[in-house]
Amino acid sequence: MEVRAQTSMVFHLDKCIGCHTCSIACKNIWTDRRGTEYMWWNNVETKPGTGYPSLWEDQDKYHGGWDANGKLQLRSTSKAQVVANIFHNPSMPTLDDYYEPWEYDYQNLFNAPEGSDQPAALPISMITGEQIDIESGPNWDDDLSGSPIYAENDPNLAGLTEDQRRQLFAVQRLVFFYFPRICNHCLNPACVASCPSGALYKRGEDGIVLLDQKRCRAWRSCVSACPYKKTYFNWNTGKSEKCILCFPRVETGQAPACFHSCVGRIRFLGVLLYDADRIEEVAKTDDDGLIDAHRDMILDPNDPEVIAEAKKAGIPDSTIKAAQQSPVYQFVKVWKLALPPHLEYRTLPMLFYVPPMSPVLSSKNDSTIQHESDQLFHDIDQSRVPIQFLANLLGTGNESKVRYALKKLKATRWYRRAVTVGDVDMETARRMLSEADCSPEEADAIYRLSALNTVDERFVIPPAHREEAVESTEDPMDRKKSAGFGFLAAPKRGL
Amino acid sequence: MDILSSYLNDLFKYLDVPLMLVLPYVAVFTMVLVTIQRYRTAKFTYSSLSSQFLENRQHFWSVVPMHYGIIIVLLGHFVAFLTPSVITAWNRQPGRLYVLEVFALAAGIATLVGLISIVVRRLTVSKVRVVTTVSDWILLVLLLIQAGTGISIAIFVPWGSSWFAASIAPYLWSLTELRPDIASVTGLPWLVKWHFANAFLVIGLFPFTRLVHILVVPNPYLWRRPQVVRWYSDK
Ligand code: SF4
Repeated sequence: MEVRAQTSMVFHLDKCIGCHTCSIACKNIWTDRRGTEYMWWNNVETKPGTGYPSLWEDQDKYHGGWDANGKLQLRSTSKAQVVANIFHNPSMPTLDDYYEPWEYDYQNLFNAPEGSDQPAALPISMITGEQIDIESGPNWDDDLSGSPIYAENDPNLAGLTEDQRRQLFAVQRLVFFYFPRICNHCLNPACVASCPSGALYKRGEDGIVLLDQKRCRAWRSCVSACPYKKTYFNWNTGKSEKCILCFPRVETGQAPACFHSCVGRIRFLGVLLYDADRIEEVAKTDDDGLIDAHRDMILDPNDPEVIAEAKKAGIPDSTIKAAQQSPVYQFVKVWKLALPPHLEYRTLPMLFYVPPMSPVLSSKNDSTIQHESDQLFHDIDQSRVPIQFLANLLGTGNESKVRYALKKLKATRWYRRAVTVGDVDMETARRMLSEADCSPEEADAIYRLSALNTVDERFVIPPAHREEAVESTEDPMDRKKSAGFGFLAAPKRGL
Repeated sequence: MDILSSYLNDLFKYLDVPLMLVLPYVAVFTMVLVTIQRYRTAKFTYSSLSSQFLENRQHFWSVVPMHYGIIIVLLGHFVAFLTPSVITAWNRQPGRLYVLEVFALAAGIATLVGLISIVVRRLTVSKVRVVTTVSDWILLVLLLIQAGTGISIAIFVPWGSSWFAASIAPYLWSLTELRPDIASVTGLPWLVKWHFANAFLVIGLFPFTRLVHILVVPNPYLWRRPQVVRWYSDK
């Protein structure tokens, strides 16, 4: 056993209102520079939808992630192919797959010559400065479920029956949910493995995946290898960039900007301890066993044996303590409510999603709308977002894990309704709980952490001990009264 | 034509010392010194500065033939410089000489065609034009001259693979061993001298252009472990 700590995340999709506050917080801090205008390290997609960049989940198009036919192998490239493809990367998305960033020519409102029409502020490209027709944007299909160009092309619709599709897209019953995305800070990151220069790396102490700007040489392998399309190419500096999980904030005990600003309070951040010896074995597990294997490699931070091994591996006590209080551990491992997105890409993402409850199918009889049934969980199988769709997104195509989570969520709601409102009877609620593999105490805990959480419950961030680490390599006194450590020159494009 | 040619031959003869003797030393000296200095002070600027992200299709048809062509041609030059005897031995049979020359010429043409496509792409695609600098243009012109003169030599001064070993290799070795002797090259046609001088111009400008990416070609990738983990302090 080789215990490592990973800063991990849970997004509770049931609570996301699709406001994009997270994206804006991120953009304002990190990607408002030239060359990064088109990047959204955090973006929020409408599902069903094609997302950003368009169709990123279609790995026959982008060849992201890993294949595991006996041997674990990147889909985008092999070592030999890297040599052959270094001049031209055959599965690289281009700007058109994202969108051409634009602003408006406001000066024209002031400078236009006198004429018979009102002058207009026409859109101009932020790259060339030329006038352009806006053709797409980072959330171009926002709320557009049911649209034939976007939603109908969602790769997660594979395996849905005609009926299910109709039910998803019927305009009068339009249904969708939001899917906020950042880098998953995976345990088996495809971007890291693909980088010919070794510029990408995973931080040993907290597992944040970073890209060394001084080592990146623009070979672009990471962009095609990441199946989530969460590494981006800065066309101006000729370097790739990605979500850094706001590590300067995390190191000082603050939640990343997107987490901190989330108005829906859907985001949780905490430490997971895992067994690094098992990464390869888990990544090679077949699709059906993947979710269990992934969960299994996450270790119990209260187990004395795990604690002993963690100490042996040099993990500080403060981190072990944070792991014991981690909200992520509760959602992922104890309650089994949160699931990794597209685990079948085999990068072992460490961002987990609580699947969304969706409205129930209703039928109209003599103009009263019915959505009651004798079966307790009928609305899970009849929910307007077919369970197969969620399973394709969060369950490696397998419905059982998603159904388990949804049942527990439903039972918790029913139980809490019996407790606080009292308009449903407690006996049914308890029966639902037991059918959903949940005790009343567990339901209360789920309710508390989901609905009544405080900042300190949502974000349990251990001290980074960075100050001690730096002393072993550099003398902090040398830098007293100067600009500090690290990258001190402006990131200017080379000749 | 002949008059022009003999005029140019005379001209280049006047320039023998500056071009064939001074320039190589100045160029190599500049290259080594500035490259190291740039790596030390501006490591961030070492990048291939790919523009594939902004335009994909023409990128393939220009960058790929150019790179493969130029790598083959450069390798040929290096082999001829380092082990001239191998080339002369190979060329002893006219058939093999012929194959070598045609192969080299094909690689040269791929380079030239690729370069021309690069120029066209950088002129016509407005997004790519945004990321094209003055140093890129200077470099492209020099490389066009280099490929153009190279191909002309292959056609008008044929069997270069043989006379390279006989006259250029000893001269280059004399430069390398710091006892410069230009006697074996003074008689060469102006085209060859131009090709030679231009090559050293490119070498001299190397550290001021994107060419530095050649030095950071990632070979350790081929034998490193797939995953990279960095710790704050060495464990
Ligand atoms: S800020 Fe929170 S609620 Fe709003 S879109 Fe982002 S994740 Fe959803």
